[in-house]
Amino acid sequence: MSLLTPDLGLVFWMSIAFGIVILILTKFAFPPIIKGVEDRNKYINESLAAAKQAQEDLKNVKADGEKILEQAKKEQAKILAEAVKSRETIIRDAMDKAKKEADVMINVARKQIEAEKDDAIRDIRKEVVNLSFDIAEKLLRKNLDQQAEQEAVINQLIDEMNIHKS
Amino acid sequence: MFSKTLKHILCVWMFLAMSISLPAETISQDEGSDPEAVPLDVKELILEHLKDDYEWHIATFKDKSISIPLPIILYSKNSGVQLFSSAKFHQNDGYYNGFYISKSGKYKGKIVETDASGNEIRPIDLSLTKNALSLLIGSFLLIIFMLLIARTYKNEPIKPKKGLVGAMEIFILSVYDDVIKPVLGEDYKRYRYYLLTLFFFIFFNNILGLVPIFPGGANVTGNIAVTLTLALSTFLIVNLSGTKEYYKEIFWPDVPVWLKFPFPLMIIIELVGLITKPFALMIRLFANIMAGHAIVLGLASLIFITAHMSAALSSSMTGFSVVLIIFIYFIEMLVAYIQAYVFTIFTAIFINGARVKPRKAEKSLEST
Repeated sequence: MSLLTPDLGLVFWMSIAFGIVILILTKFAFPPIIKGVEDRNKYINESLAAAKQAQEDLKNVKADGEKILEQAKKEQAKILAEAVKSRETIIRDAMDKAKKEADVMINVARKQIEAEKDDAIRDIRKEVVNLSFDIAEKLLRKNLDQQAEQEAVINQLIDEMNIHKS
Repeated sequence: MFSKTLKHILCVWMFLAMSISLPAETISQDEGSDPEAVPLDVKELILEHLKDDYEWHIATFKDKSISIPLPIILYSKNSGVQLFSSAKFHQNDGYYNGFYISKSGKYKGKIVETDASGNEIRPIDLSLTKNALSLLIGSFLLIIFMLLIARTYKNEPIKPKKGLVGAMEIFILSVYDDVIKPVLGEDYKRYRYYLLTLFFFIFFNNILGLVPIFPGGANVTGNIAVTLTLALSTFLIVNLSGTKEYYKEIFWPDVPVWLKFPFPLMIIIELVGLITKPFALMIRLFANIMAGHAIVLGLASLIFITAHMSAALSSSMTGFSVVLIIFIYFIEMLVAYIQAYVFTIFTAIFINGARVKPRKAEKSLEST
């Protein structure tokens, strides 16, 4: 039957046509198509992975932020405590210093007062001596006649004074 | 997009079916008065279509056949290389330069010449016949189509595709991911483009064969020469990619020695198996596509057969056969896909079978 006998001419043309189709399609048509699809799949997968990574990073960043905030709070509390402490020490130091200075000044003042008191006493004593001499002079001048009596009084007075002084 | 194409195909076919049935009815009126009318030779009509032809017959209008003449290329020992148009046969009463189309006998329908003793002999015939031209046109269209699709991938590689290109991408990937990758396993990269080409070549030509107007309609993939070439290609690629183990299993299989030594029974069986595999592929594609064309033509012929009978019968038969033809056309489109799919998957399986790994690997596979 002629339907079942392959015709040589058609085999020839078919070989040419099929050969050309294979040559062109396997070189220029299917590789870019398959490559395009595979590239796209790769791109999508990479994008998904990147998105997941970004999400995780974001989560980490949040956690980090919280940690940092907590740390900062701790630090702040510590700094505040330290500040309080240092303020107290400063105040205490200042007070101590002031007290010391005040003590020093009081001492100086006291010494001065003492010295002045001594001076005053000395002055008074001089004055008293002078006065005494004046009195004595006056008494001497007035009661020359009654010298004996007067001398006795003066001496008595001087003695009293000496006693007072010592 | 596909449904649109489908609609086009159906519209064209229905139009054609009507245009065939209309003159048929007018003829039937004429023939009613003419008792000596020649009965329609359905078998001849169908075979005429299924066979290859030297010219592309488009239609017969008022006893004049309209057809595209095709170039005839011959090499004969007597007259050397010959190149002429097939129209020359019509002009010269069927003869040209001593060549003619045989009416009967072994070379019926083929170009022959007579040798000195009056026997018909066949020159080497490389004529661009109807099927050859259809093949070339189909190949050209396929290449253009695929290159246009590929260009969109070159221009915008990452962007998802829409419309026809997107549909073709799904189609290509369905073959790529569901046939080539799972069947061939790790070897798929070497054969993937060939198998894709094979699939789309067969599918495209199957579909083109279903289109009833000019570039289509030829019984291309239902021609044994075409399927022979495809099967030969599969045979070559399978056996060229055979591993050592594959050839060892053919020429010295693991069977008792008496099965292969004095008389190489197993070897003969293996060799027969080697040939029957592509042979089955060749016959399967050829028979399926040819049968599809034959059924459509047979159903269309029903209209002409019943044309002599009563008007009620012939008109109801016309409607019936048109409905049936539409139904068969749907099936044929399915067959066009299935046969391309089957040819591709079997080729992939045979290639995979030729890439046998050494025994050890197989045993470890069995144990798992």
